Amino acid sequence: MRTPTRSAPFTHAGTSLGRIMGQVMVALVPATAFGLLQFGWPAVFLFATTVAAAAAFDALGLYLAGRPVADGLADGTAVLAGWILALTLPPWAPWWIGVTGAGIAVLVGKHVYGGTGQNIFNPAMVARVALLVSFPVPMTTYIAPVPLWEAAAPGFVEALAITFGGAQPVDALTVASPLDALSTALHGGAAVPQARDAVPALKALLTGTVPGSLGETSAGLVLAGGLFMLAVRTISWPIPVAFLGTLFGLAEVFHQIDPMHYPTGLFHLSAGSVMLAAFFVATDPVTSPVSRTGHLIFGAGAAAITFLIRTWAGYPEGLGFGILLMNAATPLIDRWARPRIMGRDRNGRPLAGGGGP
Amino acid sequence: MKLFSLRGGLSLAGHKGGTAGRPIRVMPAPPVLHLPLRQHAGDPAKPVVAEGDTVRRGERLAESAGPLSAPLHAPAAGRVTAVRPETAPHPSGLPAETVVLETAAGDDEAPLAPPVEPEAAAPGEIAARVGDAGIVGLGGGAFPAAVKLDLGHHYALDTLVINGAECEPYLTADDQLMREKAPAVVDGARVMAAALGVGRVVVGIEANKPRALEAMRTAAGRLPDGPAVVALPVRYPMGSERHLVQVLTGRETPSGRLTAEVGVVVHNAGTARAVHDAVRQGRPLTHRVVTVSGGAVRRPANVMVPLGTRVRDLVAFCGGLRADPARLLAGGPFTGNPLPGLDVPVVKGFNGILALTADEARERPAQPCIRCGACVEVCPCGLVPVEMMAHIRKEELDDADTLGVRDCVRCGSCAYACPSHIPLVQYFAYAQGRLRGLDVERRNQDLQRVAARERQERMARLERERQEKKARQARRRQQQDAEQQGGEAPRKADPAAAGPVADQGSRTGS
Ligand code: SF4
Ligand code: SF4
Repeated sequence: MRTPTRSAPFTHAGTSLGRIMGQVMVALVPATAFGLLQFGWPAVFLFATTVAAAAAFDALGLYLAGRPVADGLADGTAVLAGWILALTLPPWAPWWIGVTGAGIAVLVGKHVYGGTGQNIFNPAMVARVALLVSFPVPMTTYIAPVPLWEAAAPGFVEALAITFGGAQPVDALTVASPLDALSTALHGGAAVPQARDAVPALKALLTGTVPGSLGETSAGLVLAGGLFMLAVRTISWPIPVAFLGTLFGLAEVFHQIDPMHYPTGLFHLSAGSVMLAAFFVATDPVTSPVSRTGHLIFGAGAAAITFLIRTWAGYPEGLGFGILLMNAATPLIDRWARPRIMGRDRNGRPLAGGGGP
Repeated sequence: MKLFSLRGGLSLAGHKGGTAGRPIRVMPAPPVLHLPLRQHAGDPAKPVVAEGDTVRRGERLAESAGPLSAPLHAPAAGRVTAVRPETAPHPSGLPAETVVLETAAGDDEAPLAPPVEPEAAAPGEIAARVGDAGIVGLGGGAFPAAVKLDLGHHYALDTLVINGAECEPYLTADDQLMREKAPAVVDGARVMAAALGVGRVVVGIEANKPRALEAMRTAAGRLPDGPAVVALPVRYPMGSERHLVQVLTGRETPSGRLTAEVGVVVHNAGTARAVHDAVRQGRPLTHRVVTVSGGAVRRPANVMVPLGTRVRDLVAFCGGLRADPARLLAGGPFTGNPLPGLDVPVVKGFNGILALTADEARERPAQPCIRCGACVEVCPCGLVPVEMMAHIRKEELDDADTLGVRDCVRCGSCAYACPSHIPLVQYFAYAQGRLRGLDVERRNQDLQRVAARERQERMARLERERQEKKARQARRRQQQDAEQQGGEAPRKADPAAAGPVADQGSRTGS
């Protein structure tokens, strides 16, 4: 029997960090598997490299901080950051993109702040935005999907050359991602209906048979993973609902006003990393507010910024910025969105007594 | 009846199956009883027996030591063999004064006090009887019940709530008591209502106790103005006083105040039964129902146990332990206290003895906080445990105070939900203790400041008086001089004249 130094409760919900991170990973498996299959061996190599590098950098960070390496690694946060980052990379990007990204995510994004739970910005988004700004070309070189089993897909050795040998993807295969295509067409003066011709059908966007990042092309599979997490309560509903609702609502309002220039809400929801962002990135507990009201503000804010950037700024994909900006606002939101304390008014003053007879 | 909602809270696996629905077993007195003098919130009782005295069952062993105290009675006839310090049934395991009683064969009961007629009782008579019977809150708080029956003198009350929520896992003592002794509980509630001078009595029972609800409704229905028996939503911590009051009446108790502030007093169902015994039959509190449960107990049961029985004997009565428990607790798993061992006695405030296996206690080393907000979501008081904890870690107690750490009822919901297994309640208990200490310190400092200011003022006054005296003397001298010179007396109390006079005085040096 242990000495009775601890205080109650002596029971627990049975959750743990490792378990939560495990559930998130399980939820990511379908979309990841789909991405790996449809983009072939280079994607497999890039994914493996990125995740392994994230783990290695985490071990290094823990070691430098003088913390137990095995325990720290076991919380799964670094591997998950590497995993999510990998899903946002162009599938045939060279290995050093993955490694550099993992280093930025884990060392700069997490350990510089003091390790698990201390960072202000979502590590995967920090890395993604840093890569996008520093290496715009490899970060926007997308390829058309060539499933692993098709003849046109690069073989194992060929793929090694693409990922590790600096071989350029065959020109015929490189294409623009749907958002890039739309953005380019619109900036070229086209109206949405014509620009849409440059863009795959909605059904293809949902299933994911479109060019795009490694693991986010299939909005449907990512959504399925998100719903799984809601079902097992890994995440709670306010952030994804506020995020998707706001994005859809804003897009629809503008689409109704001017259908020629603004695509529909559904297009916005199914294109790019929206689903991944809504369920896997914006819900990152560390960098989002702690209260329910805070969650709603956070989700809505991130979506609004994303919509602004997608629609009027140079970057077709505004998600990274939307989330990072709301990350920065999180301490403020937390201060503002505290629940009312029982027995006190909204300003924290004790309620007046004598509510009795 | 319309119920109001509770913020946050937990929906739990009850773990009540092991003991619910089985009749309360009556445990005979063991050969030796150990009765600590302090089994209640407040001052320890003063012993009125000494080594070698023989006592009868129900005879007084110790008397109340003041307004916040409670007397103690012999649960069995026997001989006092010592009054000495023994390990207290408290996490600290520190020794406390204890009456050791060797029980005798046979059942020699002391004469009972005459029953009190609640309807005809003088004001304060019921509370006095309840106080004399040594009754304390049997739901775990162990607050002297008589004090809480006197609140009608200080507050405008209109409702008595009988707490039969029993929302903690494992515990079924109140459930079983209400099933078996509903008429006594209902009557006790009426007696307490009379003492408090309130017209409305509401019994709240969680809906997961249908048999207790039925029994209580039947008992209440037999009376012309019986209490309302209400099925409560099954949600932890429904049994927390201020939450129960909020759910039943919609009235929110102001921070830092008693529920009496909003016209409601809460008593536990077991207490109601004890009050019935004391007032109607003149019997003091000497036994109580304890749930003995947990995965390490061989035959979990509800036991009517003589106070002072060692936990070891009680557990043996329940078949002993099947495994070495990871945790031995007095009370429920959420708010109970760890016991320093099996050799401590059962006291008035124990509603359960739990021997939990490691699987049940689910203890793990703490991991870093990931700000997941689970603690915020479940806190029934609207607090932000994660922020309070972060401040307390940095010893920023005033910030934690501003965030409301004193409003924490230590229900443990946050720590239960925390995926990082951070012992949040421990932080809050620490901060509450420290803040109380700081209050005292600040009060002392204030007193010191006041004393210092008073001293300064006194010194200044003395100095002023000295100066005035000097001035008066100087004036007198001047006057004398003037009289000698046959001149006029100087004008009195002329401010313009005061200066030179004082000046003169200081120049004369004296
Ligand atoms: S539940 Fe635990 S990990 Fe989550 S925010 Fe609260 S203290 Fe941090
Ligand atoms: S222990 Fe305190 S802070 Fe934690 S949930 Fe209960 S009332 Fe809230």
